[in-house]
Formats: sequence, C-alpha cells, structure tokens
Amino acid sequence: MKIKAIALNTFKEAIRDRILYLLLFIAFISLIFSRLLALITVGDRIKIITDVGLASLSFFGALMAILMGTGLVYKEIDKKTIYTLLSKPIHRYQFLLGKFFGLILTLFVMLFLMSAIFIFILLLHSGQIKWGMLLAFAFIFLEMCLVTSVAMLFSCFSTPILSSIFSLSFYLIGHVSWGLETLINKMPSGIGKVLIKGIYLFIPDLENFNFKTEIVHGLPIPPQVFLYATVYGIMYTLFVLTVATLVFRHRDFI
Amino acid sequence: MATAIRINDLHKSFKSEFLRKQKPILKGISFEVEQGEIFGYLGPNGAGKTTTMKCLLGLIFPEKGDIEILGQPHLAIPAKARLGYLPENPYFYDYLTAREFLQFYSQLHLLKKSEQDVKIPDLLKKAGLQEAAGLQLRKFSKGMLQRIGLAQALLNDPDLVLLDEPLGGLDPLGRKEIRDIIVELRDAGKTVFLSSHILQDIEMICDRVAIIVEGRIVNSGRLHDLISQKILFTEVTLSGITESELHDLGESLVIPGGDILIKVYQEQNVDKVLGLAHERKARILSLVPRTQSLEDLFVGTVRPE
Ligand SMILES: Nc1ncnc2c1ncn2[C@@H]1O[C@H](COP(=O)(O)OP(=O)(O)O)[C@@H](O)[C@H]1O
Ligand SMILES: [Mg+2]
Repeated sequence: MKIKAIALNTFKEAIRDRILYLLLFIAFISLIFSRLLALITVGDRIKIITDVGLASLSFFGALMAILMGTGLVYKEIDKKTIYTLLSKPIHRYQFLLGKFFGLILTLFVMLFLMSAIFIFILLLHSGQIKWGMLLAFAFIFLEMCLVTSVAMLFSCFSTPILSSIFSLSFYLIGHVSWGLETLINKMPSGIGKVLIKGIYLFIPDLENFNFKTEIVHGLPIPPQVFLYATVYGIMYTLFVLTVATLVFRHRDFI
Repeated sequence: MATAIRINDLHKSFKSEFLRKQKPILKGISFEVEQGEIFGYLGPNGAGKTTTMKCLLGLIFPEKGDIEILGQPHLAIPAKARLGYLPENPYFYDYLTAREFLQFYSQLHLLKKSEQDVKIPDLLKKAGLQEAAGLQLRKFSKGMLQRIGLAQALLNDPDLVLLDEPLGGLDPLGRKEIRDIIVELRDAGKTVFLSSHILQDIEMICDRVAIIVEGRIVNSGRLHDLISQKILFTEVTLSGITESELHDLGESLVIPGGDILIKVYQEQNVDKVLGLAHERKARILSLVPRTQSLEDLFVGTVRPE
C-alpha cells in the first residue's frame, strides 16, 4: 500500500518529465530509420527491419532505464524531498521498492508504446504480425528491470553522471560477456579457468535475454532456455535490489 | 505528564570536507519534552538544531545516545505514525499540485479515501491555500511552501509536531499566522517541538526552552525561571529640556533630532525625571520599562562576558 503510493508518485513524476518524451522521440526516429535501412538494402527486408528494430528497442529501453534510474534516488536527496518522505511511517526498503516499481511501471508503458509503433511499421511492410515477437518484447522488459535495479543501486551512493557511466558499462559488459563462456570452453583446466569461471558467474550475461536471431529467422526456442533466462533475470534483479537496500539502510541524509 | 521526547547523551559528528577528520557536531545532548507543551529549541545558526531533529527522525544515525519518542524507540514505525515534521526551508515535489501532494502523503499514513476527502480540504483551508489547491508546488512562494509544509505535517493528526525554524523567512503577518497555528495545536493537546535562531518570535509562545550552543545544551527550563521579571531600567525620551539637567538621574544622551534619551536605573529616579519634566514644561515622548528578554539571556550565554 505504501509502496504502491510511492510507486504511483514516481510514475507521475516520470511522465511529467520532459526527458522521457525526448527519449521516446529518438526511439521513434530509430524505428523509422530501420524502415529506411530496409529500403536501401538488398535481401530480406522484413528480417532487417525486425533485427534493427528489436536492437533499437533493447538499446533505448536500457537507456531509459539508466537515465531515469540513476536519478531516482539521487533527485530525492538532491531536492531534499526525502526528508519529509522518510519522516513518514515507512521503512527505507519500502521507499526503494516504491521508487523501483514506479520506474518499472513507467518503462512498461514506454516499451508498450515503442513496441506498438514497431509492430505497426512491420504490419505496414509485411501485412502480418509475428506473435513470437511478443516474447522478444517480454525479455527486453526483463532486461530493463535488471538494468533499472543496477542503475538504482549505483544512484544510492553516487551522482547521476557517475552512476550512468557505471550502469552503461554494466550494460555493455553484459552484452559481450558471453565471450567468456567461449573462452572457458576452449581453455585447459587449471587455476586460470576457475578464475574466469568465477568472474563469469558475477558479471551479468545480458545476451541471455536476446532472442533476436531466433525471432528473425523464425527458429524454435526450447522451453528450458526461456525458463533459464526468466529465472536468471529475476534472481539477478532481486540480488541487486537486496544489495541496494543494504547500502541504503544506514545511510545518513545530511 | 508523560514524556513526548527523551534524548539522552546524543553524539554525532560529520566528516569534515578537507581533512578526513570527524568534526563533532552534537557533543552529548540530553533533554526531555513533556507532552502538551510548546518546547523551544533555541540556538544560533550552526549550533546543531537541525542535526538533532534529523537524529530524532532517523534521517541520520548518531554515534551514541538514546532517543525515545512518545515512549517508544524513535525508529519504530508506530512512533513515526504519531509524528509530524516540517523541515527547515521545506522542499517538496514541485511537479505535484498542493492537493496531489497531500493525497500522496496521506496514503503513506494509510488514510482512507473518505478520510482524505475530509482532511485535505480542511487542512488546505487552515493553511489558507484553498485557492492554490490545484496549483503545482513549483509556483508556490516561500510562505506558501511553509504553510503547505505545515499542512502535510498535520495530515495524521499527530501527537507530536517537530518544526524546524517554522517562522524562517516569513514576513510579520506570515509569522503571526504560523504562531497562531502552533498555539492552537498546543491548545488541542498536542506537543510542539520547534527550533529557532530568532528569539522574539518564540519568546511569547514557548512553555519551556533549551538553549543549544556549539552542540551543547547550555541552559534549559521554564521561560519564567530563565528570565527574571524584574525591571532592569526605564527608558524615557523627552524634548524641551537640556541634557545637563538630567545628568544625575541616569545615563542620558542626545539622540538625532535633539530629543533626549535617558536610561533610569532606580525607580525613585523615574519620578524625579517626570517631576523635572513637568516643572520645565518639557514633553515626554515615551516611557518604557525594560525587563530582561530571552534575547539578553541568549546573548549572555552565547558570548559570556
Ligand atoms: N553535510 C554536512 N557536512 C558537514 N558538516 C555539516 C553538514 N551539515 C551541517 N554541518 C555542520 O553541522 C553544524 C550544525 O548544523 P545544523 O544542525 O544545521 O545547525 P542549526 O540547525 O542549528 O543551524 C554546523 O556547524 C554545520 O556546519
Ligand atoms: Mg537548522
């Protein structure tokens, strides 16, 4: 109930903020761009639109999560609104979760709008809707939730600019870390292999949420892969939220 | 009478900017606030008043010391539910309208919709903000922010109200309005704990005060006990008489405009001054007996002579 009130207020703040519309506009432009790209290339145009479109949805979704997530807690501290808020009968974790779900709700609405535009463009071009696409959207959303929690964690102890840089690095590393897996498989066993395995366990693997190739080429996806990606995303998000709560718990607001 | 706030041996330091050293801000604060009184927490800027309040609210964590609010540990949610707080220079969500803002906070107090519908218009009216109910807070003046701040502090009908410099930055009329509300709260049986570095405002309404200077309580008690009611001296302003004639009766000086101001310390001399003025057909412009004020006490403790 209290979490819900904070979440709804966060949502209200976000949709009254201009930066959201700017990002939405840029995302829209990039979707149009994928359409144009398809026109000037040879090959399967629908595949290109799908590929570029999904990639830009994923990227702009993460960008929104980062830019807004890093300001979430920082703004409350910077504008000193947190003083009265935390003087109310709420726990600090309720504050954090409220902020988190408020942004998640905002991002859900944004992703919904972007996906609708994307599907509309595809429909114009091919005259049909691929329902498998919905799964890709769902996993983009899961990735956005994870990125939001990470952005929020950083913003609990750092300025928005620094947190944005950290979170963006997290996102980028997350999309190349699967390379480590290949490395592990090729390495001879030994201390080096154990070390890299350890690192791989801790750094995120956001490619788990990427089903672009399968969707574009209409390949079947085995259910255990879905299940793994879902559990991975939820567990990772919960873990980051827990760390954020611990960091936030004994912080002085001076 | 039960105790509303009990603070015992509170210590808090902040990291200073340059050296990594801890700079002590509160150096063993102890005091108690009784239920149903207006308690003034007075001290110059930077004395540690805001820091004490933030410790009370659990916004910062002291290194040492116990705090009890309404008989419960101060971080307990039930204790906080009976509390109202107005921060110094209040800042609120500037994208919300006054009504939305009060709605948001009443949800945190778990007020039902039907309760909100009664409470919010009532508080807006009390704060004189009925017309501004639909206005975004970014368009509010300082005085209006102070009043909406007071309104949000009263949403839960609190037993204890903490006000940090509630009269700061207001014009005389605004100060009077807030002062009236504070007295009303006390009359309704609530406890008010307020801080201030301006004394005249507070003097007339506080039942008890504590004076904090550089992180230590230097004086506390009933105002009546702290301030002697004795007349210290009488100030008389006259015209149509020469200064030398009054010389023996007190400290006299010629003020701009040619009138004479004399500070008379003995009461029988006041009669003599008046008699002399009558004899010389001089005009008495004013006659003011001066008692000790809180300000004298304050200046006395801040800069011991
Ligand atoms: N964020 C901070 N970091 C370091 N010192 C601080 C900070 N905030 C306040 N102080 C110091 O703490 C002291 C007490 O401040 P404060 O409690 O705000 O005083 P008051 O409310 O009585 O004017 C001041 O000397 C101030 O310089
Ligand atoms: Mg202060």
